[in-house]
Formats: sequence, C-alpha cells, structure tokens
Amino acid sequence: MTGAVYTETVIHVAPEAFASDVPYQVAIVTLDSGSRTTGRVLGDRVAIDDDVEQVETRDGVPFFRKIS
Amino acid sequence: MRAKLINYMRPVAVVAAGKTPFGAFPDRDLRSLAVQAGDKCLKNGHVNPLQVEAFYLGNFAGPSFTGQNHLAPYISTALGIRDVPATRFEAACASSGSAFFHAFSAVSAGLYDCVLVAGVEKMTSQPTARVTEILAGAGDCSGEVKAGSTFPSLFAMIARRHMYQYGTTREDLAAVAVKNHANGALNPDAHMRKVITMEQALNARPVAEPLYLYDCSLISDGAAAVLLMPFDRARDFTDKPVRILGVAQASDFVALDQKPDITTFPAVRRAAQKAYEMAGVTPRDIQFAEVHDCFTIAEIVAIEDLGFVDKGCGGPYESSGATARTGEKPINASGGLKSKGHPVGATGVAQVCDIVAQIRREAGDMQLKRHSLGLAQNLGGSGASCVVSILGNV
Repeated sequence: MTGAVYTETVIHVAPEAFASDVPYQVAIVTLDSGSRTTGRVLGDRVAIDDDVEQVETRDGVPFFRKIS
Repeated sequence: MRAKLINYMRPVAVVAAGKTPFGAFPDRDLRSLAVQAGDKCLKNGHVNPLQVEAFYLGNFAGPSFTGQNHLAPYISTALGIRDVPATRFEAACASSGSAFFHAFSAVSAGLYDCVLVAGVEKMTSQPTARVTEILAGAGDCSGEVKAGSTFPSLFAMIARRHMYQYGTTREDLAAVAVKNHANGALNPDAHMRKVITMEQALNARPVAEPLYLYDCSLISDGAAAVLLMPFDRARDFTDKPVRILGVAQASDFVALDQKPDITTFPAVRRAAQKAYEMAGVTPRDIQFAEVHDCFTIAEIVAIEDLGFVDKGCGGPYESSGATARTGEKPINASGGLKSKGHPVGATGVAQVCDIVAQIRREAGDMQLKRHSLGLAQNLGGSGASCVVSILGNV
C-alpha cells in the first residue's frame, strides 16, 4: 500500500512500552484509497507530502518507508 | 433555537467557588484535595453540606493514577453530603467541564436548587512514563496509541499541519508559552510561577517535534469546585452571583486520523456556537477567556475555533501581543494550563473559578480591566470532547 504523509512528528518522550525506541517518527498517512491511518516511519525521516509505502505490519500497526 | 431554550430553562448562577493550589503534593491524596476544594466552596457559599441536592464530579483517570474507583460518593460523603445522587463524569481533560455542563442542565431544568460540582486529579504519584501512558488512554488505543502516539505527539502533528497550511511558526507557539508563564507568575495558586524568555522556550529540549518542553502543560495535582443555584435563589446566599449565560458540550471522533482537517476542532466550533446562541453574544463581545492550552498549539487553534480570529490567523495574533493581559483580548490571565498547571480532571471547573474571580473583581494581581463577560473552553483528548461556558454579571 502506498500513500502520502498528511502530518508527522518525531517523539522524544514516550510511554514505557516505547521508551527503547526514542526518538521515533509517527505519521498520519493519506492512503491512495483516500482513507487515513496512523503508523510508524522506518528509515529516513519523512515530511508532509512525501510519498511512502507500507513495508510491514506489526501487531496491527502499519510501518511506512519513504519512496525515494 | 434561542427562544426555545429560554422557554424552559431557569437562569443559573455560580454562587461560590473554591480551589486548591495546583502543584506536586506528594503528601496529599486525591480525596483530600477534592475535599479541600469542596469545603472551601461550601464555606464561601455559606451552604451546609446537607443542603446539597446533587454532587457532580469531574475526574479523568483517578482509578489508573491512584487505584481508587467509585470516586463521587467516596468524595461527597467525606464532604458531609448525604443520600443524594453523586456521579463521576469522564471526558478526558474535559471531565469537569462536562460535569459542570450536566449540573447546569439539571439546575436549569428544575431538578435541583443546590448542586456542588467538583473536579480533581492526582497525577504526580506516578513516574512521567506511566503518566504519559495513562494520558494516552484518552486517544484511540486500537490505532494511534498502539503506533506509539502520546498526547504531545498528537498535538505536535496538529502543529506541524497548522504550520504547513497557515505558516504558523515556532516563535508563534513560543509566544503563547512566554505570555502564559508571565501571567502565571502573578497567580499565587499556580504550579509554575516562573517567567520564561523566548530564547528559553525556543531552546528547550524536544518532547514531540515541533513541540518542546515549554510548549507542554504540566503534570499537576489539584482540585476545584463551584456551587450552582437558580439565579433567583443565589441572591439569598451571595451579593455577587455570577450568571451562567451559556454552556454547551459537543463531541467528535477520538482518533486524530479520522478528522478531515486536524487544524480545527469541530466540537469546539459546535459547543461555542451553541453557547454564543444561548448567551445572545458574539465572539467579539467576549472580554476575556480561559482556553485549554494543554499545548501551545491548542491555544492557537482554540482562539480560531472560538471565532476570536479568522482560521489560520491565531499564530500571528498571539505574537502581536493581543492576547496578553494588557491586550485587546486577554487569554489565560490565570497562566492557563501551561503555567497554572493541568490536573486534568480539575481543569474545566478551575477555568470557571478563574472566570468567576475576574467577574467579581477578586482576581488580585491577575485582575483584568475589562472583566464582565468571560468565556471558558475545556477540551478533551485531541478534540473529541469540548465544553464552552460563557459567564457574566450582565
């Protein structure tokens, strides 16, 4: 699945469950279908309007990577 | 709409208010804070607890923070209130705003003539990581929270989008923090009575980019209470009854990714529109306001959604100084959640207490010049609940 970044943030203060991941990036992505979903970003940081593809799903959470 | 409401509603007044200071109080438990605020309120109103006909409690996460549930009768009985309905309202950070709205509705409809509304939260007994986790429970745990979202991160994504769509800057956000800290330094009950500079705000450590430490409100303990009566009866208990001219609550999606445009909160717009209609006033008439600045961006979005400025103009308006104590539209003269503190379940009622103090000219060093018509806006989650209240002595 592919889409474009609607908004994003890099998180530095996290709940215990994610403490070992900081800093990590979370984005809301507008999928090509038009619906939006919240997921994690792997690899390079993304900005609004960047094209991304879903590369995996962990525990129902989509993980996106920038399409370069 | 307005005519219909007036047909069946009794005018309602705030008779008395009572608050604890906000801060980190390691030796105080949740109940003792709520009782301190409630006692003070009843004494200020010259009302015996046995005269109270219903108890409305706002609390977000007492069971998670402290382990105690069934909080409303747990607190009401400790206040000496007996036998009457005692109910807890939960609407995330708008919990006590919601309790206030429902208490108003019941008094206005004629169910009760004397109602105590309180809000309380005891947050500092948990480490920050656990507090972050509990607060995240106000988001959608099946989606955004599972992805690692925190509350700062949800508002950070709102800020990022607001910057992208309207050109809002980090300096605009920092201007809100600098102003609210300057205001809070004048508030003897504020959690952080500390003036900060623009440089400090801009150079603080990141929490969730583009939000930094001073863009975020505080983790606080505290409680607040107000006593409501029909306006005609209120005159028997106080020579300064403050009229609740309009109050409304609205709701929206919990998950941020379900909202078509995250730079605006439809629940704020709807609640505000109803409250303005009830009160028969416009945004321009409002002389001062306490708005829900859980994050600096939230104040900017709030003043836009409340109609004080056009959409997208909130950032430059804050930077212009118009919202300062001495500006044309003072916002958060109490210091707001940013500096006064944000014991989440107490915040909605505490805002009403601050408005009442201004209207009665009892706000001490915080007193504003124009103070006869004020508005409180209490937001829950990332905009899924909102309560807007308009009070005045007109």
